[in-house]
Amino acid sequence: MDWFDIGTIDDIPARGARCVTTPEGRIGVFRTADDQIFAIEDHCPHKGGPLSQGIVHGASVTCPLHNWVISLETGMAEGADSGTVRTIAVRLDGRRIAIGRESHLLAAE
Amino acid sequence: MTEKLVIVGNGMAPGRMLEHLLEAAPGHHDITIFNAESRVNYDRIMLSPVLSGEKSFEEIVIHGDGWYERHGIALWKGHRIIAIDRDARTVTSDHGVSERFDRLVIATGSVPFIIPVPGNDLPGVLTYRDLDDVNAMLLAAQARAKAVVIGGGLLGLEAAAGLNERGMDVTVLHVMPTLMERQLDPAAGHLLQAAIAARGIKVITKANTKAIIGNGKVEGVELADGTIIPASLVVMAVGIRPNVALAKEAGLTVNRGIVVDDRMVTSDPSILALGECAEVGGRVYGLVAPLYEMARVAAAGLAGDGSRAFVHSDTPTKLKVTGIDLYSVGDFADGDDREEIVLRDASAGVYKRVILQDNRVIGTVLFGETADGAWFNDLTRRKTDISEMRDTLIFGQSFQGGAKQDPLAAVAALPDDAEICGCNGVCKGKITGTITAKGLTSLDEVRAHTKASASCGSCTGLVEQLMKVTLGDAYNPAAVQPMCPCTHFGHDDVRRLIRAKGLKTIPAVMQVLEWKTSCGCAKCRPALNYYLVADWPDEYADDYQSRFVNERVHANIQKDGTYSVVPRMWGGMTSAKELRAIADVVDKFAIPAVKVTGGQRIDMLGIRKEDLPAVWADLGEAGFVSGHAYAKGLRTVKTCVGTDWCRFGTQDSTGLGIRIEKFMWGSWTPAKVKMAVSGCPRNCAEATCKDVGIICVDSGYEIHFAGAAGLDIKGTEVLGQVRSEDEAIEVIVALVQMYREQARYLERIYKWAKRVGVAEIRRQVLDDVERRARYFDAFVFSQRFAQVDPWSERVSGKDKHEFRPLELAGLGAVVES
Repeated sequence: MDWFDIGTIDDIPARGARCVTTPEGRIGVFRTADDQIFAIEDHCPHKGGPLSQGIVHGASVTCPLHNWVISLETGMAEGADSGTVRTIAVRLDGRRIAIGRESHLLAAE
Repeated sequence: MTEKLVIVGNGMAPGRMLEHLLEAAPGHHDITIFNAESRVNYDRIMLSPVLSGEKSFEEIVIHGDGWYERHGIALWKGHRIIAIDRDARTVTSDHGVSERFDRLVIATGSVPFIIPVPGNDLPGVLTYRDLDDVNAMLLAAQARAKAVVIGGGLLGLEAAAGLNERGMDVTVLHVMPTLMERQLDPAAGHLLQAAIAARGIKVITKANTKAIIGNGKVEGVELADGTIIPASLVVMAVGIRPNVALAKEAGLTVNRGIVVDDRMVTSDPSILALGECAEVGGRVYGLVAPLYEMARVAAAGLAGDGSRAFVHSDTPTKLKVTGIDLYSVGDFADGDDREEIVLRDASAGVYKRVILQDNRVIGTVLFGETADGAWFNDLTRRKTDISEMRDTLIFGQSFQGGAKQDPLAAVAALPDDAEICGCNGVCKGKITGTITAKGLTSLDEVRAHTKASASCGSCTGLVEQLMKVTLGDAYNPAAVQPMCPCTHFGHDDVRRLIRAKGLKTIPAVMQVLEWKTSCGCAKCRPALNYYLVADWPDEYADDYQSRFVNERVHANIQKDGTYSVVPRMWGGMTSAKELRAIADVVDKFAIPAVKVTGGQRIDMLGIRKEDLPAVWADLGEAGFVSGHAYAKGLRTVKTCVGTDWCRFGTQDSTGLGIRIEKFMWGSWTPAKVKMAVSGCPRNCAEATCKDVGIICVDSGYEIHFAGAAGLDIKGTEVLGQVRSEDEAIEVIVALVQMYREQARYLERIYKWAKRVGVAEIRRQVLDDVERRARYFDAFVFSQRFAQVDPWSERVSGKDKHEFRPLELAGLGAVVES
């Protein structure tokens, strides 16, 4: 696992998200009300909506297109819907945030 | 050995009789029903809500087809019995079906009385009796033309109100000096007339119909004094006659109705009659309660129990017109041996009159406030001596025995045999007993098990109070629709508590109202944010993260994650300069689609989020501001060209539309608000399907509201007419402010108006001038904080992070390696 710095906690509003473009696609980096940081693929399993644009509540986000609720911890749809998005490893070093990328993915490029 | 039972007619009375019979003596009868109407048994007294659109036919069916199958009953729909052969004991239908009977029940009901005037058979003359009549009226109402209802009794007024709800211009003709004179005294009759007139229904009393005129179809009604009232629909609701022709031909004793004894048996011991066609003790009946009592008696007799006899009792009258409360029962004529106690509250529109004889209540008339009706009626039935409470009697039950109590205490204090549901004769003990015995928790269950509140529904409030008394906190009707799973409070409670407790942040609301989640969800957070913005415009700091993405980035998200941008074009007017600026922006940012919207503006679609601030900067330079096409707020004000250009225009509709838009833009509302101003009744701006619309006329401005043209289609309601532009603006601003303060989040104006009542809204924003001014001032105050162009704010750097992705540091190096 290789770690890449993407900025600090303060760059992301609490109960909000920002996105990062990576070679594997766009990911959403989320900050909850209690300052936990999560990163998931920015692509709703339902119709591909940009999850980073949704409303963040607890450790979940509601997709802005059709209101699916996705768990930030597991990437799984909650409630009656089913589907999963990829979760991305996140490391906090003080207030700095780094996301992890699998080495073999890099090698494949 | 089963007995062959044949029933002629399938209305409410025989339907109820069968229910009792199947319960008392299941399997004892082989049952066949002949029904001249080609449908199953339905709740005829609910035809008025079907006419007004509050219910559908499916909702008023009492017994569906399955019910007849389940009980092995043969139902011949659309078969009218044309002959009874008493010797052979057979009946024969108009389609030639014959059936033998051991016992026969005649329940042919009544026929509407048709006044014998010329033209009464013209197409377009209807009665108000069955679903076919209602369907015919609904068809006629589509033209939104003029209708005349002849007859100002219960049925006529309900028909008039229903047609008015459906958008027709209705006139009621009543031959007597006051409305519903058989059930109301003149004072209450006048109050009723005022309440009916306030809905826009014209009432002409002492109106003697001379003829119905028209060539091939109805064109109007001519009165004896020569007045002609134009109409394309005439509804006759002057009364009913028992339908006795069949019985008479069969040689049964017939007077006004088919004469029966108090066991419902006719002059032929094997034939019974019940319902509106029957005459018992010299009386015929039209209200449902005594008809259901007949059903009970007849069923007992057929089941072999001859002990039950029909006893006359007075039935309270209630009018099923939403927003008009009246109640009358008993005898209220003046007399030397009678006294009366009267209470009037003119400003509240309340009138109560109780008629006493020998210190006993013999009659009650209530208008405007009818909660104590059941209690007064109970005093009459019990012949209670009221001399002890005479001084406070008129104030109602809660004033008896000391201090004013809460309404639940009044219901709790009712004796077990007090009648709660007049239609179905259900008393309090039956309701509370069944709730406990069967463990019922919802109103629907109570209706299903006890029939209380299952017919006309006017006792629903009492039944709910009984449920509350019986179940305590376990029954909470508000809990049926909480805002979302995060709370047990409904929207209305939350709004009330935010104000009452002075809650000014989302965390404070969640703390004090004991939210079940730590930070809400995507349903409650935007709602709470709106409520706080609306209630504390100067103090509340908008919670950006509780807004839906469109309101956060001030553009509309599209299915591919790009955004669309709609600049404001005041009143739909634009210029070469504006169009050139839009064209330049489209070129510069390679915007893939440009579309003219339904709200008279231009939409640019497919803009990348990162480009939004730069797009807005360019648009801003040309003078554009946000069109709020994404907001739960004021969207567009469509206009036509009015007196500026149009040869039909009566007022400056374009100018007025622009004034309204400039005054109201930026305001947040519970759901989107679309407006329009048309310069004449030709209505080119389509104002009559908007949330708020204005139709200019020569004499001023007709203000409309509560239209819809989306998921639902609904023409507007007329709020009223004003003379000047200033007044028009004041009224619509007050209307929108009332909506802002009262509606539930995401509830459009037409749904809110349906819940609150058009009359109540009219009272608050049109009639009550002081309240109107208060609403207006509150809106103006809130605009001081709301009218900031969100686009220029963001061009200046607000929420910069929103439009810029994070950088993946050092990635370039990794990819190269």
